[in-house]
Amino acid sequence: MNIVVLVKQVPDTATERKLRPEDNTLDRAASDGVINELDEYAIEEALLLKEKHGGEVTVLSMGPDQATDSIRKALSMGADKAVHLNDDALHGSDALQTAYALSKALGTLEFDVVVLGSESTDARTGVVGAALAEYLGLPQLTLAGKVDIEGRSIRIQRQTDYGHDVVEAELPAVVSVVEKINEPRYPSFKLIMQAKKKPVQKLTAAEAGIDVAKVGLNSAATEVVDAAAAPPRATGTVIKDEGDGGLKAAEFLAAKKFI
Amino acid sequence: MDHRLAPEHAQLRRTVEEFARDEVAPVIGDFYERDAFPYEIVAKMGRMGLFGLPFPEEYGGMGGDYFALCLALEELARVDSSVAITLEAGVSLGAMPIHRFGSEEQKKTWLPRLCSGEALGAFGLTEPGGGSDASATRTTADLVDGAWVVNGTKSFITNSGTDITALATVTAVTGRRPDGRPEISAILVPSDTPGFTVGQKYSKVGWNASDTNELVFTDCRVPEANLVGRRGAGYSQFLRILDEGRIAIAALAVGLAQGCVDESLRYAAEREAFGRTIGGYQAIQFKIADMAARAHTARLAYYDAASRMLADEPFKRQAAIAKLVASNAAMDNARDATQIFGGYGFMNDYPVGRFYRDAKILEIGEGTSEVQRMLIARDLGLPA
Repeated sequence: MNIVVLVKQVPDTATERKLRPEDNTLDRAASDGVINELDEYAIEEALLLKEKHGGEVTVLSMGPDQATDSIRKALSMGADKAVHLNDDALHGSDALQTAYALSKALGTLEFDVVVLGSESTDARTGVVGAALAEYLGLPQLTLAGKVDIEGRSIRIQRQTDYGHDVVEAELPAVVSVVEKINEPRYPSFKLIMQAKKKPVQKLTAAEAGIDVAKVGLNSAATEVVDAAAAPPRATGTVIKDEGDGGLKAAEFLAAKKFI
Repeated sequence: MDHRLAPEHAQLRRTVEEFARDEVAPVIGDFYERDAFPYEIVAKMGRMGLFGLPFPEEYGGMGGDYFALCLALEELARVDSSVAITLEAGVSLGAMPIHRFGSEEQKKTWLPRLCSGEALGAFGLTEPGGGSDASATRTTADLVDGAWVVNGTKSFITNSGTDITALATVTAVTGRRPDGRPEISAILVPSDTPGFTVGQKYSKVGWNASDTNELVFTDCRVPEANLVGRRGAGYSQFLRILDEGRIAIAALAVGLAQGCVDESLRYAAEREAFGRTIGGYQAIQFKIADMAARAHTARLAYYDAASRMLADEPFKRQAAIAKLVASNAAMDNARDATQIFGGYGFMNDYPVGRFYRDAKILEIGEGTSEVQRMLIARDLGLPA
């Protein structure tokens, strides 16, 4: 089974993140880049699928030169090879354009299943998985908390507020995962050393067959107009229990229409 | 001149940093308070391959080097010294003597389990009456009918009494040399050997989530083939192991010193006094600057000792210097960090209190600071 796992480099959530004042895109130089946290779960799931069904795990990442670090990490977790889609024309692409570009890059690869994190910690749109499936004309199995493949059939548990839905499709398909799905492994030193020798194929927009008029900041469907720091959290309401604490808590929740 | 890490070392450092932050830091305080050994964390360290770092792949190792081990120790000790010393002792005291001096049979039998972290090895040198004076060994091993019969007591033995302790390599007197001095050899004693008894578990000032016990050997019979290295070479073998171990302990001490800087920076940015964060006051800034300088210089000292060791150059003096300055840095930084935290530094809710308790042993274990000075002086040509 050929598995492609999508990996995105994002600014470390532990550091202060900034936008570039000139175009409101992410200032990647302002903070350390790390692999998007949910992508580690996607990589782990891809490796588990490979361990169970055989085949190969290919990492696909779209991003500037620095994304190499995240690709290396994915390879040192155990992925077999990588494709790095890297082109200045892609700078500033929004979620839809990213999905389009990734679908084109995927067109150069053979795969049975594409696995990705359900969202990234920088933009948090959470739509790339669904949009990608549309562009590819493939079934989308999003927010998976469990994945099972049998023959050409794939079945997931989609996490919902009330439990989970069971969703089934035929391969090939696109699967986005949530963090309850597994516990990502840490790369061992042996794999870190081996990763140095694993192939990373560079792919330009032209090589992927991407129409550069459809990607990048200028043709993006969405635009970041302004950004502001999140307001500090307001002080909470303290209810002192004088025998009627439960009642007061219930009244508070009812007033906020939670119950 | 380039002290930057090679890419694979840098990635390993980063990986262990993340592991320590995400897997160790949130839970270790609880183990520490209960004097409990963190089996699950040790198992995870094993799955990451940390126990196999400096060993060849053919024995289940990671094919890395001793410097890789040092980097891992530093990153673990930034968060907690108990897990760091468990790794240090498991690798450089438990498995290393077998790897360096053991027979092919011993390596094949023991190293894969030790490298995976599923089993731990211990190293029995210190006795109730003597520490660094290894020639004062009282434990005996007599060759009777093709078996070593070991009798004696070993003190302060790390990893000696866990559920996964598989063996102890112990120094023992195996006879008299022609000059009348005791002949000391190293004997591998599996922990399931009758007469292998885990004695008292120590109540320690620090390192409370690590395992330290007395070991008592009573007519413990092991095959003659369990001799590790040459007969009578026990003492010189251990000197080499101790020289290496000093670099590892220096790395661990640098981790603690750096952990003090990390915690102090965080606290100085949060804690307010007299209308501003305390990080704005010069009294705090100078303390933290000194702490960072100590951690940095001690780090360079152990990098230097490790690079000499890996290049097969003499490193005894540099290892002793690294151990001396790094344990000083750890002690000084723990004191300063606790002071910056004020009353909270004296509470067990913050890691700096743990750092304070864990720092002192670094000036004692693997050769006291006085022994390090002695080694440095001798290496400089001063009379023994």
